Amino acid sequence: MSNIPADLKYTKSHEWVRTLANGNVEVGITDHAQGALGDLVFVEVPEAGKTLGVGDAFAVVESVKAASDVYAPIAGAVLEGNPALGDQPELINSEPYGAGWIARLKPNGAPQGLLSAAEYQAHLAAEG
Amino acid sequence: MGRRTPLYDLHVELGARMVDFGGWDMPVNYGSQIEEHHAVRRDAGIFDVSHMCIIDARSSRVREFLSKLIANDVARLTTPGKALYSCMLNEQGGVIDDLIVYYLDESFFRIVVNAGTRDKDLAWMRGIAPQFGVELTERTDLAMLAVQGPNARAKVAELLPAAQREQALGLDVFFGCPLSMKEGGDWFVARTGYTGEDGFEIMLPAAAAEPIWRSLNAKGVKSAGLGARDTLRLEAAMNLYGNDMDESQNPLESGLAWTVSFDNPARDFIGRKALEALKAAGLRNKFVALLLEDRGVLRGHQKVIVAGLPDGANTGEITSGTFSPSMEKSIALARVPRETGTSVQVDVRGKLLNARVVKAPFVRKGQVLVSQEQK
Repeated sequence: MSNIPADLKYTKSHEWVRTLANGNVEVGITDHAQGALGDLVFVEVPEAGKTLGVGDAFAVVESVKAASDVYAPIAGAVLEGNPALGDQPELINSEPYGAGWIARLKPNGAPQGLLSAAEYQAHLAAEG
Repeated sequence: MGRRTPLYDLHVELGARMVDFGGWDMPVNYGSQIEEHHAVRRDAGIFDVSHMCIIDARSSRVREFLSKLIANDVARLTTPGKALYSCMLNEQGGVIDDLIVYYLDESFFRIVVNAGTRDKDLAWMRGIAPQFGVELTERTDLAMLAVQGPNARAKVAELLPAAQREQALGLDVFFGCPLSMKEGGDWFVARTGYTGEDGFEIMLPAAAAEPIWRSLNAKGVKSAGLGARDTLRLEAAMNLYGNDMDESQNPLESGLAWTVSFDNPARDFIGRKALEALKAAGLRNKFVALLLEDRGVLRGHQKVIVAGLPDGANTGEITSGTFSPSMEKSIALARVPRETGTSVQVDVRGKLLNARVVKAPFVRKGQVLVSQEQK
């Protein structure tokens, strides 16, 4: 079964959101998503300063099999993309909730419409 | 639910991620696809290819039948056991399927075709077989395993009784032979594959497949899925039906001219006239291997742009693309204008990336053959 940390928020499109102590947020893709994609071989992270609306495609993760967009779980401005993913895209496979984070954002208002861990778990179960 | 091979339950037990492939539920990987790929390049891996369709063709005129049916020339098969790779064409020269035919004796050849094309292939063959009195039997009673890698043959051999071991290890490249096993049933082992490595493909009674798989696993042969099979075949620059060629494409512009034999002018194989007309008119495209020089991943259907050619005649298409685990770069096969030189651009998700035309294959027998230095 895939790992779903209780302290994060989630989207139906399999992104996670962590609110940092300074109010900024870190986003990535879930353990379930990395498992479905398989070995990641290329990640395109967003550039700092880019403004995102909810649901905007802001990063691309490519596995051996296919390319997938990553969608912004919240509105805000990109503070940085994870520079480590350039050489080590596999960090998303090994540590999807840690070293495999994709971007840090400065949120534009309070995040809305995100799922709790339990809700995301239920969403995965419903997706089959 | 899709069709299942005799090894379905074993794949699930081994933790495989199952996907639909041509109507079959097949393992795409059992964990890391890249590790499975490396296992085949460096040691040995085992694939379930039981979804492929084995057809036995019998008749005193079976050679005549095949001479008509396929574009390569079965006259090349003079030694029993020898295998031949060929396309089966329609009258327009389009590729109905690619296949391997094994010569067993003058009244018995075995044909292996793709899973996704099974029904149309059988229908096509059955339309032609009666003229030659050929009886076609689909061998759904058999499973098929591909054991591939530098140590694959030795590891399979360890499982065989002495006499059969000697037979199997005595096979030359692209030869096969029936094995007479004491448990009975129809066993056939061939030194063929789809990875660019040495190895065996084994056809065997369905019930015998699982114990062989487990025994090979116990000897360190890694279970490998269709994901690794695809990256391995693409590194070896082997075509995949449905991606690199189909009924809308001819073999001459699909990198398969080497499989079409025009040598015997009297041999009237299906599609010959159309291909001769195409050649006479001049082929527009060629089929090339590409190495991506920029960062990114090439994928099927991406547009290739060739500088220096007139608008309207300056584009081609990636037919298969992936990330090469052996080279840690993206590679592809592509159909491009005949005048294409050594460098092209590819539209990868809206960005134009630079790629270099290179000599195929990319990798063979564990060795990267393409220089990765930029020129």
